[in-house]
Amino acid sequence: MAYIPNIIFALLLIGGLGFFAKNVLRLRRNINLGKDVEVSDNKPQRWKNMAKIALGQTKMVVRPIAGFLHVIVYVGFIVINIEVLEIIIDGLFGTHRIGLKFLNEGVYGFLIGSFEVLAVLVLVSVIVFWIRRNGIKIKRFLSKEMTGWPKSDGNIILYFEVVLMCLFLVMNATDSSFQALDSGNLISQYIAPLFSGLSESSLHLVERSAWWVHIIGILIFLNYLYYSKHLHILLAFPNTYYGKLVPQGQFKNLDAVTQEVKLMMDPSADPFAAPAEDAPDPEKFGASDVADLSWVQLLNSYTCTECGRCTSECPANQTGKMLSPRKIMMDTRDRLEEVGKNIDANNGIFVDDGKQLLGDYISHEELWACTSCNACVQACPVSIDPLSIIMDMRQYLVMEQSAAPSDLNNMMGNIENNGAPWPFNQMDRLNWSEES
Amino acid sequence: MENTLKVPTMAELFAAGQQPEVLFWVGCAGSFDDRAKKITKAFVKILNKANVSFAVLGTEESCSGDPAKRSGNEFLFQMQAVTNIEVMNAYEVKKVVTACPHCFNTLKNEYPGLGGNYDVVHHTQFLKELLSEGRISMEGGQFKGKRITFHDPCYLGRANGVYEAPRDLIRKLDAELVEMKSCKTRGLCCGAGGAQMFKEPEKGDKDINIERTEQALEIKPEIIAAGCPFCNTMMTDGVKNKEKESSVAVMDIAELIATAEDL
Repeated sequence: MAYIPNIIFALLLIGGLGFFAKNVLRLRRNINLGKDVEVSDNKPQRWKNMAKIALGQTKMVVRPIAGFLHVIVYVGFIVINIEVLEIIIDGLFGTHRIGLKFLNEGVYGFLIGSFEVLAVLVLVSVIVFWIRRNGIKIKRFLSKEMTGWPKSDGNIILYFEVVLMCLFLVMNATDSSFQALDSGNLISQYIAPLFSGLSESSLHLVERSAWWVHIIGILIFLNYLYYSKHLHILLAFPNTYYGKLVPQGQFKNLDAVTQEVKLMMDPSADPFAAPAEDAPDPEKFGASDVADLSWVQLLNSYTCTECGRCTSECPANQTGKMLSPRKIMMDTRDRLEEVGKNIDANNGIFVDDGKQLLGDYISHEELWACTSCNACVQACPVSIDPLSIIMDMRQYLVMEQSAAPSDLNNMMGNIENNGAPWPFNQMDRLNWSEES
Repeated sequence: MENTLKVPTMAELFAAGQQPEVLFWVGCAGSFDDRAKKITKAFVKILNKANVSFAVLGTEESCSGDPAKRSGNEFLFQMQAVTNIEVMNAYEVKKVVTACPHCFNTLKNEYPGLGGNYDVVHHTQFLKELLSEGRISMEGGQFKGKRITFHDPCYLGRANGVYEAPRDLIRKLDAELVEMKSCKTRGLCCGAGGAQMFKEPEKGDKDINIERTEQALEIKPEIIAAGCPFCNTMMTDGVKNKEKESSVAVMDIAELIATAEDL
């Protein structure tokens, strides 16, 4: 009977991790619905970017207030999670504060003491975050796309963190042997008096409850990630690794088009040649749905934590246009999830649902409002590239649907006919040199 | 005094068995747009004064394909690119300078994958090279102490990380360089990029160039300096819209230098 708590703990742990693993596999499957893309080049630079941008948070601090608070929560998250290791060992083996067996009191006290201080700092930061989201009117948290679930999601994450931090501190405060140690209870010694009226057994009950709810809370939080914008805490790392390495202004050249252009320029090519019997279907140009995007773009969409820095820097959005780069990422993820669920419901095969990313989620008006200025790409703290999705969808509109705005069709007609976006004769191109 | 411009073409030099140091890629705006032509001429005056051996493609030049590519017409872009590359490769072009950040970005970044490998620089980078090599000298002249702000073109700044060359040149004019609240990596677009220059903007509260002009006017500059013919047009329109054209000038860096040197 003495082993029942250990068994319950092991089952909870296996259940929690197992469910998480299942979601990771689903995530992987969905991301792999994207087209393959060459990203195996320049590994040293990729590792460096990951270390600087994800681990080092260099782009977060571009906005100092949110950036500084985020660094606290981030450091707190990583450091306090060392404590989870002790909790898991204690839970599985029925020990209590196993750390004290391996470390001397001073070191153990220093560790727990730093966790406690960080826990308070995290609490303060999270409260400021909550006020920023719900109290003061910060424009990027009030956009159209930030109503409903995205808004609740942001708050739920904050509540989770408040509860977890409080449980951690209460757990320490009500642990009489730990308090008796008087080393590392930097913060919890001031919470302990709140429980001074309780009997030894009630105190123990509170301590055990806090301990159990804390670890269960962590397991729930872990499994909440997949359904939340909070996935960024994991995906920021691969996402910054696979981020764009070439200059931001360099857009990829479509290989399929290069083949066709070469053929057109080849004087010996037979213009009337029928395609070979076994020729593959011509490739679709651009993107109208998630499967036309690359897997890195799909990874981008799961990594997005909806902070809205892209949208607040977007010139189109700032001047009241419909375009919001954040919404482009959120739409891509929502559609990808929809496609994933469709596949799950149909035994692994996608059954046409008559919907697609273009039109059903992202409108033409949004796409045509983009100035391709790269402000969104620059602003993203985790190397997401919303612009590449906009450009891929424009390619679909123009090359598959001939659905460009008429002004642009005129411009393109001019380039085709006279080599300039305006209707001037190419033979007049040097006239400026003779005008005074 | 109006000197006639010396503008040799690649074809002329080639016929004479000569190879210029650099090809000046004029671009469509620089060739046809009345405002941008002044920038082209100012730049040529500096090149002439510094005795730079350069040539243009003239009637053999065609749109770089940038607006087609940003509109999503990859076909048209690649047709333009391949045609231009064929011409430039035939002339064995090594180095290209252009006063248009869109042409600059496209030639520098997107042509190599299609067989066009050149050392491409923006004219502000080229002018800075000339200056540091002592081939041109600059004194403040009439710009001494003037408040000048530089509007970062997206395709020069963020797209290619060139922020300092134009600013160094402004400082060389002994002018007071002042920065707008959004500058350098966080510079606000003028509204012309991504082929927006050629279409009406989508519905919104205001036009992007007005927003950007307001940012510029906030810091009370005497001159808004630009490094892109499209930004120049957008900012000029913005200043006109705010009825400030009598007190605030919009000028390209090349025009500033040519004016300072009385060219």
